[in-house]
Amino acid sequence: MGYFRGFAVTFRKLWEKRVTIPYPEQKRDKPERLHGRHVLNRYEDGMEKCIGCGLCAGVCPADCIYVRGADNPTDDPVSPGERFGFVFEINYLRCIHCDLCVEACPTEAITESKLFEFSFTNRSDAIYTKDELLVDGETGRPRQLPWEDWRDGEDADTSGWMRATSPSGSAAYVGKVSWSGELGYGIRSPELGQSGDASDEDGGDDA
Amino acid sequence: MVIAADPLLLGPLDLEIVLIVLLKVVVSFVLLMVSVMLMVWFERKLISDMQNRIGPDVAGPWGILQTLADGIKLFFKEDLIPANADRVVFKLAPYLSLVPAFLVFAIVPVGGDFRNGDGTVGWFGHQTFVQVADPPMGILLFLALSSVAVYGVMLAGWASGSKYPLLGAVRASAQMISYEAALGLAIATVFLTSGTMSTHEIVASQSDWNWNVFTTGVVPFLIFLVAGTAELNRPPFDLVEAEQELVGGYHTEYSSIRFAMFFLAEFMNMITMSAIAVTLFLGGPDGPILVEQVAWVWPILWFFLKVMMFLFTFVWLRATLPRIRYDQLMDLGWKILIPLALGWFLLVAALNVGRDRGWSPVPVVLVGVAVLWAGAALLGGAIRKARADRRDLELGSDELLDAGDGA
Repeated sequence: MGYFRGFAVTFRKLWEKRVTIPYPEQKRDKPERLHGRHVLNRYEDGMEKCIGCGLCAGVCPADCIYVRGADNPTDDPVSPGERFGFVFEINYLRCIHCDLCVEACPTEAITESKLFEFSFTNRSDAIYTKDELLVDGETGRPRQLPWEDWRDGEDADTSGWMRATSPSGSAAYVGKVSWSGELGYGIRSPELGQSGDASDEDGGDDA
Repeated sequence: MVIAADPLLLGPLDLEIVLIVLLKVVVSFVLLMVSVMLMVWFERKLISDMQNRIGPDVAGPWGILQTLADGIKLFFKEDLIPANADRVVFKLAPYLSLVPAFLVFAIVPVGGDFRNGDGTVGWFGHQTFVQVADPPMGILLFLALSSVAVYGVMLAGWASGSKYPLLGAVRASAQMISYEAALGLAIATVFLTSGTMSTHEIVASQSDWNWNVFTTGVVPFLIFLVAGTAELNRPPFDLVEAEQELVGGYHTEYSSIRFAMFFLAEFMNMITMSAIAVTLFLGGPDGPILVEQVAWVWPILWFFLKVMMFLFTFVWLRATLPRIRYDQLMDLGWKILIPLALGWFLLVAALNVGRDRGWSPVPVVLVGVAVLWAGAALLGGAIRKARADRRDLELGSDELLDAGDGA
């Protein structure tokens, strides 16, 4: 009689809630750690975090990042270190959003925002230049390009979430502020990470 | 014997009568086309409901115009004919599939009050049946046309000059011919109880709850349902177009409007098969007339509801059952359905003869069941023996091969 149980199952489904979301009209909330389009972050004083070391390009499995560093001009430095990212390009026709570049970055310069709806229509638009990736010098918010579909509030905290999994997000960080400040956000307290025995509140001192 | 005929056509012909007949033809054509359109939408919507999905919902309210959009798209697509195709037959096949599907609906009584009247309605001062035609051989026309439809499928596969359509067509013709036997025997049982082949008379004999589904004892109805599903190549009997094995079966090489015609025929057959099932077993438009003021509405409404029940069941079957294996299909058709339909037919025939002769029904049933049980035991024994022989034969041939290798 297994057949008839099957009929009952399909009949019951008629009144169940639909799992499909009609996508462009309704959109699901995105997961907290979604890997989307990259941003290049700045320090609180507006200096770029990228030092042009090329670790992100080295670790990239899709070989989609191109970085060329240059010495900082002494009279008008771009980044606090000796060198800065002179050319920084990401080819989004190749990028697989694995987030390894974010893990590799020693200065937390590159992070991934939650934006994934960016449908460029030609190849040169697919290659994001440093100007396009860099957050705005005044507000610290990422730039919105004409073909990008940012949802409300998504341009905030584009660098915040990555810290829990970054090298500085290890369980031993409790009580220490272990990362750099952020233009528009200041120094944020450490997130809980994945060890789970500390609360974010006791973590660090907010600047 | 009086040949059942439409009172409209009994008198001398004049222009008005010809126009009424033409009107009926046009209305049934349009009705069928629109219902096919809605049926495709209904199936897609219902099956997505059963799979927790939403289904088409963009074209028109609730996506109801989706089929129209698909049809327009298909119409403007490129019409390909494979290089190896037999061009004439390739172009002919879709029509062979579509035309019978249309014609079958002509013999289905869609309305008419069979309880208080004789199933006629008055239109423009003429009494007439609510069906396009009522030929005396009636339901045999349905069997004949569904046999013609096999040609459409078979020639489509053969004329494509391609292997998957050919395989699909061979499967289709084997399946449709096998199940037509069981289908015919189930219908023959209806002939016995109704005493006529004309669809109008069959419906008239079932009026006032005297439905054939009860008077023939449910079994022929179930056989008709299973064999009908197989005849339609619907899941779980859709081996003909098993996408995973045959790409699309007999219509793999078809594109554009020719493909649309096969698609149309398939869904139209589904509707006509449901309508025929309602006519044969569920009393057609028979049902209580609840509001006297609009008496003409009720038979049509009951007919519609009964057909909808079948259409729902077809979709439900598709949503629930996986496709069966080919040998299971043939086993079910030849070893179960045909013997069962034949046995039931003989039992009903014996009861009919017994009633005519005034015998008591109890011994007739007892003797009948005993004879049928003996027949079933013999058949089962024969099947088992054949299976054992085949196994021995296969074993023997292996030994022969082994011996050959040794020498």
